[in-house]
Amino acid sequence: MKKGTLKQILLITDGCSNKGENPSAVAALAYEQGITVNVIGVMEDNQTENDGGLQEVEDIALSGGGVSQIVYQQVLSKTVQAVTKQAMTQTLQGVVNQELKQILGPNQSLEDLPPEQRGEVMEVVEDLGETCDLEVLVLVDTSASMTDKLPTVQEALFDLSVSLNARIGRNRFSIYAFPGKKAAINKVLDWSPRLDSISSVFPKLTSGGITPTGPALKEAMYQFGKKSLLRSFRNENRSDVEEA
Amino acid sequence: MKIDPTSKKREHYLLPGTIISGKWHKNQYKIVKKLGNGAVGTVYLCDHQGNRAALKISSSGSSITTEVNVLKTLKKVQGNGSLGPSLLDVDDWLHPSGTRYSFYVMEYVNGQGLSSFIRSHGDEWLGTFMIQLLGDLEQLHRSGWVFGDLKTENLLVASSPPRVRWIDVGGTTQVGRSIKEYTEFYDRGYWNMGSRKAEPSYDLFALAMVMLHVYHPGRFDKGSHPEKTLINKLGSTRQLKKFHTPLKKALKGSYTSSSQMKQEIASLLMYRPQTVSKPTRTAARKAATTNRDHSLLESIGILIAAGLFYFFHILLI
Repeated sequence: MKKGTLKQILLITDGCSNKGENPSAVAALAYEQGITVNVIGVMEDNQTENDGGLQEVEDIALSGGGVSQIVYQQVLSKTVQAVTKQAMTQTLQGVVNQELKQILGPNQSLEDLPPEQRGEVMEVVEDLGETCDLEVLVLVDTSASMTDKLPTVQEALFDLSVSLNARIGRNRFSIYAFPGKKAAINKVLDWSPRLDSISSVFPKLTSGGITPTGPALKEAMYQFGKKSLLRSFRNENRSDVEEA
Repeated sequence: MKIDPTSKKREHYLLPGTIISGKWHKNQYKIVKKLGNGAVGTVYLCDHQGNRAALKISSSGSSITTEVNVLKTLKKVQGNGSLGPSLLDVDDWLHPSGTRYSFYVMEYVNGQGLSSFIRSHGDEWLGTFMIQLLGDLEQLHRSGWVFGDLKTENLLVASSPPRVRWIDVGGTTQVGRSIKEYTEFYDRGYWNMGSRKAEPSYDLFALAMVMLHVYHPGRFDKGSHPEKTLINKLGSTRQLKKFHTPLKKALKGSYTSSSQMKQEIASLLMYRPQTVSKPTRTAARKAATTNRDHSLLESIGILIAAGLFYFFHILLI
């Protein structure tokens, strides 16, 4: 199996959207295009997980085929890399499961194999996770309530780059913030193989009052390049891998 | 998919007496008590036909499979060593509620935590355990693997004779890849002191942090100068003074193999300071004196014998 490029949007937010399309619907659309949407909900110290506003976090990731987690900002670094890696494994496992179904029949998945054979399949998934190329677009909510969390977000993204750049496969990261001044999203960092250049850019962000998560996600989808859109990861196996 | 503490909590609910029966191999295990939580899943003490074993169970089948793969590899590598607990069984369990759990059963390592052992048995064990760990790491590294998630919580001291063992192999990663699982405090990436690539020096950094953690159980923050913080902490830890040089080298990533560090620590342990060698020298001198006494007696004896012979010789003439 030739390796493709995994595409992820990592949305970091602290609450519910209040403007534009439903973010879950947009996330489902992105997933159809082969882009996984992961969401990290950052809580206030006095907030609890059962808070209604954070239900949206889970819903977006569910429609986007990704992973979600709700955390306090102290553990953000660890969470960002865990979510990203787990989403990769999940996506790759999905791809491998599809292949298995083609070989073994429609009702066979990884869990239906006896434990002995499962081990070999997991090795393939792990190999892919280590060697495939990865594109992560980080979409940061910079509405007013997020202001004091931005330094932690920055640290977490740097940590993410440390984790992913230890892999054999290539990485490309870009960072966008929303809401933008005129457009739905603002470019903070263009596609680059590392995230250590962000320190100078982040403090300049200005925070506004509205949270148009849906429109921001939609705009983010288009930043993966027109060429790869409308083609799912599976169909893309034969296509060229973009250079980092 | 959602990964949050609530989904883990549900897995914790295996009460003592619960029977876990394998879907594929049909073995039955009776839960005795909970032993602890790993990064994935929960570990229980269980009973299988009168034998005690440890059972790790999780709703994430893929994570269990990954760990089983590592345990199988260790089995091939270790020969008669002690690289991780030995693997006994792998299977699925269908919970009455319909959820599918994956589990594996391994040897139950009964022992005391590293920190509490050292607190109750004394600091002199620290060097011995470091040597033991470095020996195991050397063997692991040579076979192409890096332990990854080396931390105090993953180390147990099995008794009689005391031998340090590692119990959670979830972070074990092939050399050259990215570390699978780590804990921030023990991770050199977190301290800005290196990459998260699996190489021997990654484990040696974590080992040095284990030693620091034994004497700083509350852990500590990295501050604005992580490296400075660590070196200062190491310098101020009286009990580690003896191993200051090798530990500092491990933190800075100067060693490329565990055997280098092992040799340096061994020579520190084997070194006999002046206070010990002094009595040895007097003993040697004493031995020399007694030897001189002996030779004196001997020559007197010879003289007497010679004198007697001479006397008889005169008599006979």
